[in-house]
Amino acid sequence: MSLELKNVEKKVGIDTHIHPTSLKLEKNTINVLLGSTLAGKTTLMQIMAGLDKPTSGEIWFNGENVTGMKVQKRNCSMVYQQFINYPNYTVYENIASPLAITGVKDNEIKQRVGKVAELLKLSAMLNKKPDELSGGQQQRTALARALVKDSDLILLDEPLANLDFKLREELREELPKLFEDRDCIVVYATTEPSDALMIGGNTATLLEGKVIQYGKTLEVYNKPENLISAKVFSDPPMNIAEITKSGENCKFVDNNVQWKLSKRIKDGTYKIGIRPHNITTYKEGNNSVEINGKVQISELSGSESLIHFTNGNLNWVSLSNGIQQKNVGEDTKLYMNTDEFLYFDQDNRLVNNG
Amino acid sequence: MMNKTINQKAWYFVIPVFILVAFNAAIPLMTVVNYSFQETFGNNVFAWEGTRWFKQILLSERFHAALGRQFAFTFIILLIQIPLGIAIALTMPKKGWGVPVCLILMSMPLLIPWNVVGAMWNIFALPDIGFLGHTLNSVGFDYNFTQQPGDAWFTTILMDVWHWTSLVVLLSYAGLNSIQPAYYQAAEIDGASRWATFRYIELPKMKKVLTLAILLRFMDSFMIYTEPFVLTGGGPGNTTAFLSIDLVKMALGQFDLGPAAAMSLIYFFIVLLVCWVFYNLMMKNEAQS
Repeated sequence: MSLELKNVEKKVGIDTHIHPTSLKLEKNTINVLLGSTLAGKTTLMQIMAGLDKPTSGEIWFNGENVTGMKVQKRNCSMVYQQFINYPNYTVYENIASPLAITGVKDNEIKQRVGKVAELLKLSAMLNKKPDELSGGQQQRTALARALVKDSDLILLDEPLANLDFKLREELREELPKLFEDRDCIVVYATTEPSDALMIGGNTATLLEGKVIQYGKTLEVYNKPENLISAKVFSDPPMNIAEITKSGENCKFVDNNVQWKLSKRIKDGTYKIGIRPHNITTYKEGNNSVEINGKVQISELSGSESLIHFTNGNLNWVSLSNGIQQKNVGEDTKLYMNTDEFLYFDQDNRLVNNG
Repeated sequence: MMNKTINQKAWYFVIPVFILVAFNAAIPLMTVVNYSFQETFGNNVFAWEGTRWFKQILLSERFHAALGRQFAFTFIILLIQIPLGIAIALTMPKKGWGVPVCLILMSMPLLIPWNVVGAMWNIFALPDIGFLGHTLNSVGFDYNFTQQPGDAWFTTILMDVWHWTSLVVLLSYAGLNSIQPAYYQAAEIDGASRWATFRYIELPKMKKVLTLAILLRFMDSFMIYTEPFVLTGGGPGNTTAFLSIDLVKMALGQFDLGPAAAMSLIYFFIVLLVCWVFYNLMMKNEAQS
């Protein structure tokens, strides 16, 4: 089983929503579409589902060209950001609805709904109506409707975006388990890099209607092919600076911070990307360098401290563990873990260890 | 806690509202109540009659007939306007240049003064020179709304449908537009038919605006006066004399102030009662959840 997009392009009037895209999603995988709002995630999913037709290109499913085939004829289900359920059906009837329409027998419906309801912890509220449930339970009902069908393709369009923090964490942990033993392809759209890391599987980074990179999630995260992919897959935003390298010595263009680099790459100027959690108020790793900064913003989020600071003309974002109290305007020392730097050449492509 | 100074003078600010409400609602209503319990003679001479007028009205055949006509009329126009309004709203475009065009066309009848509507339809339906009346007669129908009760009813209902269906359309349209597109997609993925989409998504989502539409149309049609007055004057005979028309005949035509006042109050309570019962029935399910 596989879903393949071949040079799929979507134009609406003179706007291009999806630039020619080729993607191959394999059986039993969870695939994250990661990108900001308007990156084309939803459009891409609607094309995959058959809710929308591509302007050009083809969609193949299991070796069969399904371009233009109606959504009803494909075996797929979808969960949305908004909690979409039939308003005057009970939870049971809602979950059963996709089965009832296709004429599955009552006994079998009962059994399958019961099973899915248990999986999603809905057994106790099968007789309630959606508006009697909390947001989390409403979304669980929508998920149950998607799962009960045994679809070949399950599309989840930012399913956790409208939930509050706690429910989001809870459901996010459960999600990968729900799909573990299913013969299906799961596509999960999100704006949050942390979602992608948590869910694992494969990730495609998207920007402005283009798929920038597709591969195993950790690989895309650790070895972004280019600067754009690295930026998409970084939250808080990645720090980017120009550096020069000669011999083993590297140095920022805008200040005098220096470090040694054992990678065998050519001398010259590079751009480097530093994820905020690799700039900390304490030393980390064996090869960290010190940088002076003037604190601009200092905020706590849970057990982490986010400090924005300036050094010369550059603005930096750092993320440290624990509570690091800093005053605005204060001069402070921070440490950068040089082992984690990502080096990009002048064409913004990642430079590998040569 | 802060220590607040006690100053009851603020109540003075409420006085204007009291006076306003007294003059525009309480005093006129109490005048009617006053008339309904008394016999009125010239020179402001009154005699106490107790509940005599109420009994007389409630037992009079004339009132029963008018009430029956009123319920029949309201029932028929609701039965036509609500489904027709929903059907038109469903076929209206959701985007593009068609939206303002449809909305303006739909609003037009609502903006025409009631007596103009009556006059318009009167001329339109005249059997000899009116476009509608003349056409019907020339294709073989024996149509004359000033002489045949059935034709009078047909014309009055047609006029009301023309005048007020737009209100139901506009409310339903607003209700339909508030449904997120994701609902339709979800139904499409489920393979739901057009009817199922309407029955299980659109109708429940429109419930609140439809309740409002039915209430508004009930109240308006139950109190209808101007249009049938101008169109048929309640005739032929009394066949289209709905409650308001009958009431005015009694109060101003015959100057029976006592019975007319009693009838006004009964009329008012019927409207209130039906609205209350209907609203509670419609909202019963909401309260359960």
